[in-house]
Amino acid sequence: MDVKASDGVAHPSEHDPDEGGHFGRYGGRFVPEALIAALDELTVFYQKARADPEFLDELDRLHRDYTGRPSPLTDAPKLGEHAGGARILLKREDLNHTGSHKINNVLGQALLTKRMGKKRVIAETGAGQHGVATATACALMGLECVIYMGEVDTERQALNVARMRLLGATVIPVKSGSRTLKDAINEALRDWVTNVDETHYLLGTVAGPHPFPAMVRDFHRVIGMEARAQVLDRVGRLPDAVAACVGGGSNAIGIFHAFLDDPGVRLVGYEPGGDGVETGRHGATLSEGSPGALHGAMSYLLQDEDGQTAESHSISAGLDYPGVGPEHALLKDLGRAEYSPVTDAEAMEAFALLCRTEGIIPAIESAHAIAGALRLGRELGPDAVILVNLSGRGDKDVDTAARWFGMVEGESAAEASGTAIAEADLSGRSPAQDEPSPAGADTGAVQR
Amino acid sequence: MSRVEKIFQDCRAQGRAALVGYLPAGYPTVDGSVELLSAMVEGGCDLLEVGVPYSDPVMDGPTIQAAADTALRAGFRLRDVFAVVERVSAAGGRAVVMTYFNPVLRYGVDAFARDLAAAGGLGVITPDLIPDEAGEWIEASDAHGLDRTFLVAPSSSEERIASTARAARGFLYATSTMGVTGARDAVASAAPALVERCRRHTSLPIGVGLGVRSAEQAAEVAAFADGVIVGSAFVTAAERAGADGVRDLAAELAGGARRGAPASAATGA
Repeated sequence: MDVKASDGVAHPSEHDPDEGGHFGRYGGRFVPEALIAALDELTVFYQKARADPEFLDELDRLHRDYTGRPSPLTDAPKLGEHAGGARILLKREDLNHTGSHKINNVLGQALLTKRMGKKRVIAETGAGQHGVATATACALMGLECVIYMGEVDTERQALNVARMRLLGATVIPVKSGSRTLKDAINEALRDWVTNVDETHYLLGTVAGPHPFPAMVRDFHRVIGMEARAQVLDRVGRLPDAVAACVGGGSNAIGIFHAFLDDPGVRLVGYEPGGDGVETGRHGATLSEGSPGALHGAMSYLLQDEDGQTAESHSISAGLDYPGVGPEHALLKDLGRAEYSPVTDAEAMEAFALLCRTEGIIPAIESAHAIAGALRLGRELGPDAVILVNLSGRGDKDVDTAARWFGMVEGESAAEASGTAIAEADLSGRSPAQDEPSPAGADTGAVQR
Repeated sequence: MSRVEKIFQDCRAQGRAALVGYLPAGYPTVDGSVELLSAMVEGGCDLLEVGVPYSDPVMDGPTIQAAADTALRAGFRLRDVFAVVERVSAAGGRAVVMTYFNPVLRYGVDAFARDLAAAGGLGVITPDLIPDEAGEWIEASDAHGLDRTFLVAPSSSEERIASTARAARGFLYATSTMGVTGARDAVASAAPALVERCRRHTSLPIGVGLGVRSAEQAAEVAAFADGVIVGSAFVTAAERAGADGVRDLAAELAGGARRGAPASAATGA
């Protein structure tokens, strides 16, 4: 395969924002003036670096020898049987070093940090995947690392907290607000505005003020570029649809981008539907939110009628966020991408199904995309080819899943968050397969 | 001349810096905030900054975060800010609103300007809105005769100070240090240099905020700036001693702002 990891950085996209970072009416910079100089500096260093063969070679070397790129494309035929017989192809970002796609962006920004002469890195994390990737890159490159993580998330992703600390990072549990990703970003921004001279804020998704949405996207474009070539090589044609989960939206934009100019390829983002959007307890920002400014950019967000940010809810810490990247907001308005909620229950059912059918334990975030692929397959039929971004692996979620499925000793199924996996439902056709699978419905084997 | 600028000019004519006091509307309740803000006027605040409590105040330290949280839990609604401004204005105060931008966006930028002007508000300070993104707000504030204060920081380039000052009306807000709101023991050494740089680009009055809590610090700021802006210290005083607490603090700070002003300012007016 002739795709280089740095290609998305070296070759400017046809879909770049304007000079101020606006994707249509979205994006821009809604931040305190104190941060503008640092954002300008970052923009300049990024533009210089992407034209510098030394930077690109270093990024390629790291992604080849350290990350393990290119990530493979895996056929998932047994999963496909549950998806109306469609051919499902998994882009295996879960096999990257540190266990998710997050490393693509982190290595790029860590190299930029060194170029800017900054010695300290801060980052927010939800599920801990971005925090782990950041702590890893900082260990590798000798940078001081501070990770802000909502207190709720430090509890539900305890394994990743331990990983970050083993890697030498300081993890600060954030106790304000909803004590999740949104509040971790607030705290990281407060740190940045105070320590901006020596500190780089290594933002982990395609949100935030310009240049983050476009720059982080570019570091992730490799996902779609590789996958596009791999699918063409394997199948001889483009996929009918591409599925990805969307929290902030980095893995989705990374895989979507290579297909933006292929009108025959449907791009579908799956948002955290939590308990079901009708309950109000969800994180389906694009499906249910409205335009507004949060964390430095204009985009869709979940808010009340006074513009106060609403709390999001999801079993997946990495998707539990009331905002979303501005480019997704534009893609939604343009109709180029579709966004749809997947409930906790539907995601966990897909999680279990992928474990049992293909021997792959996905991150709960990525399980939302698997659930989406099952829906797409049933809709499109057996001739369909569906590319799924398997953005992360599920080691970090074993505890949550064990509780959900009532596998924890001493906890009855009723006390746990869910009931046991019904073996029969995984052995053949899923009951859900026969239903139109409406968003929010508790389908099949797993019920709360 | 704008109404806010006039307040600074009048203070200068009296040989002192203006005292600008911040408190979130709705803290601890809507009625309570009116009482506190009125006491701040009695104590000597020349201009009130009525804050809009917001769920994600990234420019604020723990004190103001907690106060905003208290107000929101007590049921603060955005429209309450107009009632608070109206009531403190009726009591003789002069008020601008300090708000993160999303509540304004959600309310409707023009509608917000219209309703604030109708309530007697003089302008708005927007800590997370830079002039580059403020097209709609500049239009609305012009249409409804409101002043607009943007912030400059020690990290601002000369070009940005110049363009920010050009977009502002009323006064320019210089953040004394890189950081969030909160009382500090010392006013950062960056402040005088920043104000000096601002003077090269604008004749607007310049208020200095972030970290001022004592008469000594107020005097220090008054020596080089046109306004002393105090926020967290008023919240803390309200927590400790209610209306008496904020009245006393305002009197103390006003004393500092008078003492610190350079003699030339008094004679020159």
